[in-house]
Amino acid sequence: MDGIHDLGGMQGFGRVDHSPAEPAFPHRWQAVARALLLVVAGAVEASGGEFRHSIERMEPGHYLTSSYYEHWLTAAATLAVEHGLMTRTELEARAGGRFPLSGPVLAPPVGDAGPDVGEPRFGPGDRIRVRERHPPGHTRCPGYVRGKAGVVVRVDGIHSVPDVEAHTAARRREPTYSVRFDAADLWQDSQRGVSVHVDLWDSYLERS
Amino acid sequence: MSMEGHHPAPISPVEQRVAALEELLTERGLVPEGFVEEITRRYESEIGPMNGAKVVARAWVDPEFKERLLADGTASIAELGFGGPEGDHMVVVENTEAVHNVVVCTLCSCYPWPVLGLPPAWYKDPPYRARMVREPRALLAEMGCRLPDDADIRVWDSSAEVRYLVLPQRPRGTEGMTETELAGLVTRDSMIGVARL
Repeated sequence: MDGIHDLGGMQGFGRVDHSPAEPAFPHRWQAVARALLLVVAGAVEASGGEFRHSIERMEPGHYLTSSYYEHWLTAAATLAVEHGLMTRTELEARAGGRFPLSGPVLAPPVGDAGPDVGEPRFGPGDRIRVRERHPPGHTRCPGYVRGKAGVVVRVDGIHSVPDVEAHTAARRREPTYSVRFDAADLWQDSQRGVSVHVDLWDSYLERS
Repeated sequence: MSMEGHHPAPISPVEQRVAALEELLTERGLVPEGFVEEITRRYESEIGPMNGAKVVARAWVDPEFKERLLADGTASIAELGFGGPEGDHMVVVENTEAVHNVVVCTLCSCYPWPVLGLPPAWYKDPPYRARMVREPRALLAEMGCRLPDDADIRVWDSSAEVRYLVLPQRPRGTEGMTETELAGLVTRDSMIGVARL
């Protein structure tokens, strides 16, 4: 989905609030949120794709104004409700107030996962173009490279396609590639000597 | 007489939500005894940038290890005993005078947990994720990372299964140091690529 999570290249955010070191869990609730996410993801057997998509479906204002630990909490609660472990009413009664969950899945059910791609179609040095797609479900193809031309620099083995695993128990497996893009080409500006490498599944790509 | 200081801090809405979810999951028998403490211990003392620092220091003192590390990050890091979730497909990228590497995850918060631990808040927040792929030279300068003007910058967006570790350059004047002393010089930021040593 073209969601708020797809942040690469967005403007207007200002400075990075950098700290050189910080504890893993500055507050105890953050450790609990982490633990509960592991509990829920295990109980409902969520794939990485389904988990990530449950964060991506957060209401954009909530996403931008909450910490990543709150994203994990929201994902855990959303998956728990969607898989019938509890209801939103129960959560709100216990919390004594509103419990914002992520929005509904927009993608239609995946009927057929499609055939695996067992052999890489591309190798290092091959020129490719990223397909211009806007799927309503989960994808790991960032918006800022869609339609752009790049060069394969590495082939990384065969992996389950997130676009499929987020929406069904079936799996399709494809090679992934690290693809180099020239930053000046991505952003149509004058920066020099900057390349951006994005790791992409086979079906995101076509020969250029 | 003031009771200030005797009241517990008020519980915030997000803490109330965490407590609500924890109660409901516990009632359903889904939260193992001591699980939160176990998670806390694991992320606070077992995994973290001290692991990555050992990998870097080994690469600085052992050229054959470095060669293996750059060719097969996962297997070489496993030689030092590090691996597991978010570290199953490791690629190590080497900084030189002419090339600077930096890692980001624009879509979420992907990060090499076994060698760096959980990502810092700023790595997961929008400004870093939005800007590092668009204006890395300006953002690195803003974060205090000085590069030669003619250095090439390679940004790695960890959008699939690979997780990246930057191999920083060994600082000058460290020839006499032991591997353990060298590991003490290696910072988390230098292994993300937002700092040089």
